[in-house]
Amino acid sequence: MNLTHDFSPTPEVDLASGKYVKIWHGPQHPGITGNMSLELTLCGDEIVNCKTHVGYLHRGFEKLMERRTYIQNFPLVCRIAVPEPTFNEYLYSAGIEDLAGIEVPELAKWLRCLNLELMRLGSFLMWLGGASGAFGMSTVYQWTVTHRDYILDLFEEMTGARIYHMYISPGGVRAPLPDGFKDRCLMVMKKVEKLLYEVETTVLNNAVFKKRAIGLGVISSDMVDAYGVTGPNQRAAGYARDTRKDSPYLVYEQLDFDVITATGSDAFDRTIVRYQEMHQCVSLIRQMLDRMPTDGAFHTPTPNVLHWKIPAGETYVKAECTRGEYGYYIETDGSEYVRRVHIRGPSYTHAIAVMEKLVIGANIADVAGLMVSLHTYPPEIER
Amino acid sequence: MKLKDVISPFYVWQRAFEKPYTNTKPIDTRPGADAYRGFHVNDIDKCVGCSSCQTICQNHAIDMVTTDKNSMPGDSGLRPRFDYGRCCWCALCVDICPSGSLHMSNEYAWVSDDPDSFRFTPGVDEKPWYQHEQGYHRDPNYNLLKLERAEMDMLSTEEGLKSFDEVVSGYNHEQAIAEADRCIECNICIATCPAHMDIPDYIKAIREQDLEEGLRILYKTNPFSATCGRICTHRCEDDCTISHLGKPLAIRWLKRYIIDQIPAENFARILQDSCEENGKKVAIVGAGPGGMSAAYYLRKQGYRVSVYEANKRAGGMLRYGVPTYRLPDDQLDKDIDYIISLGVTMHYETKVGIDIEFNTILDNNDAVFLSTGLNVPSNLRITGEEHPRVVSGLQVLFDTASGNNPNVGQKVAVIGGGNVAMDAARVSRRFGADVTVLYRRRLEDMPADPEEIKEATEEHCHFVTQAIPVKIVPADNPNQAIIHWGEAEMVDDGKGGRPRPILQDDKMHTETYDTIISAIGQSGDYSFLSESIRNDLSLKWHKFEVDDRQRTRIGNIFIGGDVANEVADAVSAIADGHNAAIGIHQYISEKV
Ligand SMILES: Cc1cc2nc3c(=O)[nH]c(=O)nc-3n(C[C@H](O)[C@H](O)[C@H](O)COP(=O)(O)OP(=O)(O)OC[C@H]3O[C@@H](n4cnc5c(N)ncnc54)[C@H](O)[C@@H]3O)c2cc1C
Ligand code: SF4
Ligand code: SF4
Repeated sequence: MNLTHDFSPTPEVDLASGKYVKIWHGPQHPGITGNMSLELTLCGDEIVNCKTHVGYLHRGFEKLMERRTYIQNFPLVCRIAVPEPTFNEYLYSAGIEDLAGIEVPELAKWLRCLNLELMRLGSFLMWLGGASGAFGMSTVYQWTVTHRDYILDLFEEMTGARIYHMYISPGGVRAPLPDGFKDRCLMVMKKVEKLLYEVETTVLNNAVFKKRAIGLGVISSDMVDAYGVTGPNQRAAGYARDTRKDSPYLVYEQLDFDVITATGSDAFDRTIVRYQEMHQCVSLIRQMLDRMPTDGAFHTPTPNVLHWKIPAGETYVKAECTRGEYGYYIETDGSEYVRRVHIRGPSYTHAIAVMEKLVIGANIADVAGLMVSLHTYPPEIER
Repeated sequence: MKLKDVISPFYVWQRAFEKPYTNTKPIDTRPGADAYRGFHVNDIDKCVGCSSCQTICQNHAIDMVTTDKNSMPGDSGLRPRFDYGRCCWCALCVDICPSGSLHMSNEYAWVSDDPDSFRFTPGVDEKPWYQHEQGYHRDPNYNLLKLERAEMDMLSTEEGLKSFDEVVSGYNHEQAIAEADRCIECNICIATCPAHMDIPDYIKAIREQDLEEGLRILYKTNPFSATCGRICTHRCEDDCTISHLGKPLAIRWLKRYIIDQIPAENFARILQDSCEENGKKVAIVGAGPGGMSAAYYLRKQGYRVSVYEANKRAGGMLRYGVPTYRLPDDQLDKDIDYIISLGVTMHYETKVGIDIEFNTILDNNDAVFLSTGLNVPSNLRITGEEHPRVVSGLQVLFDTASGNNPNVGQKVAVIGGGNVAMDAARVSRRFGADVTVLYRRRLEDMPADPEEIKEATEEHCHFVTQAIPVKIVPADNPNQAIIHWGEAEMVDDGKGGRPRPILQDDKMHTETYDTIISAIGQSGDYSFLSESIRNDLSLKWHKFEVDDRQRTRIGNIFIGGDVANEVADAVSAIADGHNAAIGIHQYISEKV
């Protein structure tokens, strides 16, 4: 790919000329982008300027965390990315463990990893439905959300809750797998695999989808590092980078998988990458169910959580979530509370910086599809 | 674009006749998973109202409320009420619950148009899901609480028996911090402690490594912390909330840790007890823990305090009863010397009633506090007990404490099952004797501290239970005596009380001993009080009746310690001394 990006600011348009119209796109969108808005300036049905607006979901998590003890933060962080809470649970715990010098038992690493991959699959299923919906194929949405429900059923058994699992806690996880989980999980994997082939038939091989998605929202390769694009958005632009491979955590080193890439860097190729990564999830989950230890400790005791103090220090921990690099910067000052937490979610870059650029020149009808193709979660922008 | 791309979307029809996966409440119900975190269930008979659930809940969803449970030792009587407008179903409260009473059901739906019905007290307010077996229970291998105690270093049994050196070494820094970390600060123990010490606060001071603050907290309610840190009966530990699932906090050892780290010469600087004179005089009879505790708190209020003590030194039974391998003299001195250093006037070897008349003291002071203790050993009430080889446990301990060898010989029988019996037995072991303890009931009925029984057993004291002494006869050797004892059968008293031992005449035994030590109890000697005063003060079961400020029927006489309280242990005497100081201050202030 030799596309290059013009980094200069989008020129201002003369609104008084009568050639332009401004519309407010959001905070509700077709698809599942969630609560954020685009202030679009159109010339005919072509977008000439865009400003993103967030703030609909601001709950001040990073600040709230400074007022809660270490254990009290663990049920809080899952809310930071509603459709994909687990990565927050994992990274918060991993950061705290790093600062407090806690080694997590082997079984807990497998259980955490299994949990994260199930989460990735569930999150991609929901995204896939959204992507189909945004391009006018709401039927597929019903299928994928049902299949996500099967995964939520698994979470319910494994963690005691469907959405806010609160399963990965500092020290390990809260419980071992329930009896018979493996079989039920394998059954769900089978169903998901079948669904994926159906999706391939109905969406990826769909003339309308191809027509609209190919060439839409191209992220040129020089944008990738300039804007900090990560995850499938980056891999669809040809970069073989994946935190799971590049800085392996949990048990990824023991699993067989390749980094999936594409070259088109448009809405279509991003969909293809995610689609293949869903197959990859299924394979990783199967590998884990096969290889993980079946017993042993799953939680390392922490100091008494009611007055747990962690020595002063700072850390940055990261993981590959569905949208790219998810990171927690945590600073402690020796007290019972974190001094500062900063959460790096990929959505900030993708939904704000990149979006404002990509949408220029697009057709108004494709905006929803373009937004979904970047796979962003507004709650994670507003921590 | 291929033809396939145009046709394949029609594949969606394939699923057209599939049933939806969602269901409609209330027509269909779908129970939550086995470990689902649904509405709370609390076994309120198991719950001890410790408030840990309330403390950990980051959403302030829990209030501790009164129910028809009464507060009692080890149970605040409060129970958690949940507000489901706030609860986020995290189950931190379940994970932390130290009694194991709290869990969650798998019920997640509650439909009502009354907003108040979303706030209720599980276990008290009836809800349909209490019978559900499913729902979130903390996995036994997921522990937020520390259930095991930090190890305490002790002399080996062999080492211990070689001398009168202290057996327990005391915690080092790491052990103390680890142990202090276990506290959940529920405050349940404060109510149990007779002196109501601020236990969680001084434990916190250890965690925060502010031992000087720890010392200040100790002295607020107990000027005998070096002592209590060693030999307290630690009833607080019996009620420690952690003991429901694990080992109670080593509260006593933690107290000791604070005081052991601070040299006596620093006390004055740290405690800053000012003692501004108020011109009033109070006399105290008996320099045991009761008397000296009163002296401390009265002196702090500015009273001129004179203590009359029959013995050579202060400390009462702590000095002349408790052996030094449990409480070394220098540690007792650490407590007592500081109290005396505040300007308490001590009159040693002054037995009231003999060396000075009680009425003289009464007339010369604004008030008097009596804490004369129990120092008259009870008789065995069997024939032959006047034999010279029959001695009281108190005597053996008194001699030992005074530096005299009680000459118990090689073979000793100790009669009794209380702490005095254990001490006399273990002391005799240290003098090289073979010791047999004869006790009339079963091992589990022994009033002695279980730790004492355990350590006595480890030191090879031989226990014979259900053994009733019948008579003592002279042996051929005048330095020996023969005891006749019979086996007892435990017979139900028919009233649900503890079974009584009944002598079985056909199962008699005889045994010859060098010394027979009787340790079946002791009582007070009140002969120093005139008949009329004794009649005015009311006595019940040979103890003086007093109120919560140690007041008696005679306005200026206050009484405490073993002669007044039921439990007769050091910390109760100390608490009595403190209460008396408050009562006396009130009495004198009101009189003016
Ligand atoms: C062997 C033994 C072991 C014990 N072990 C423990 C233990 O491990 N833990 C625990 O908590 N408790 C223990 N106790 C109990 C504890 O020692 C007493 O509860 C406590 O000492 C009572 O304090 P007091 O001030 O009431 O009386 P005492 O300590 O008995 O002091 C009374 C003082 O008054 C003096 N006195 C009495 N009459 C007169 C008079 N007429 N004139 C002047 N002075 C007088 C006495 O000489 C004595 O010094 C033990 C007791 C004994 C005997
Ligand atoms: S933590 Fe458990 S024992 Fe304590 S008050 Fe709450 S429910 Fe009761
Ligand atoms: S489940 Fe969590 S939010 Fe609810 S009462 Fe318990 S601690 Fe509070």
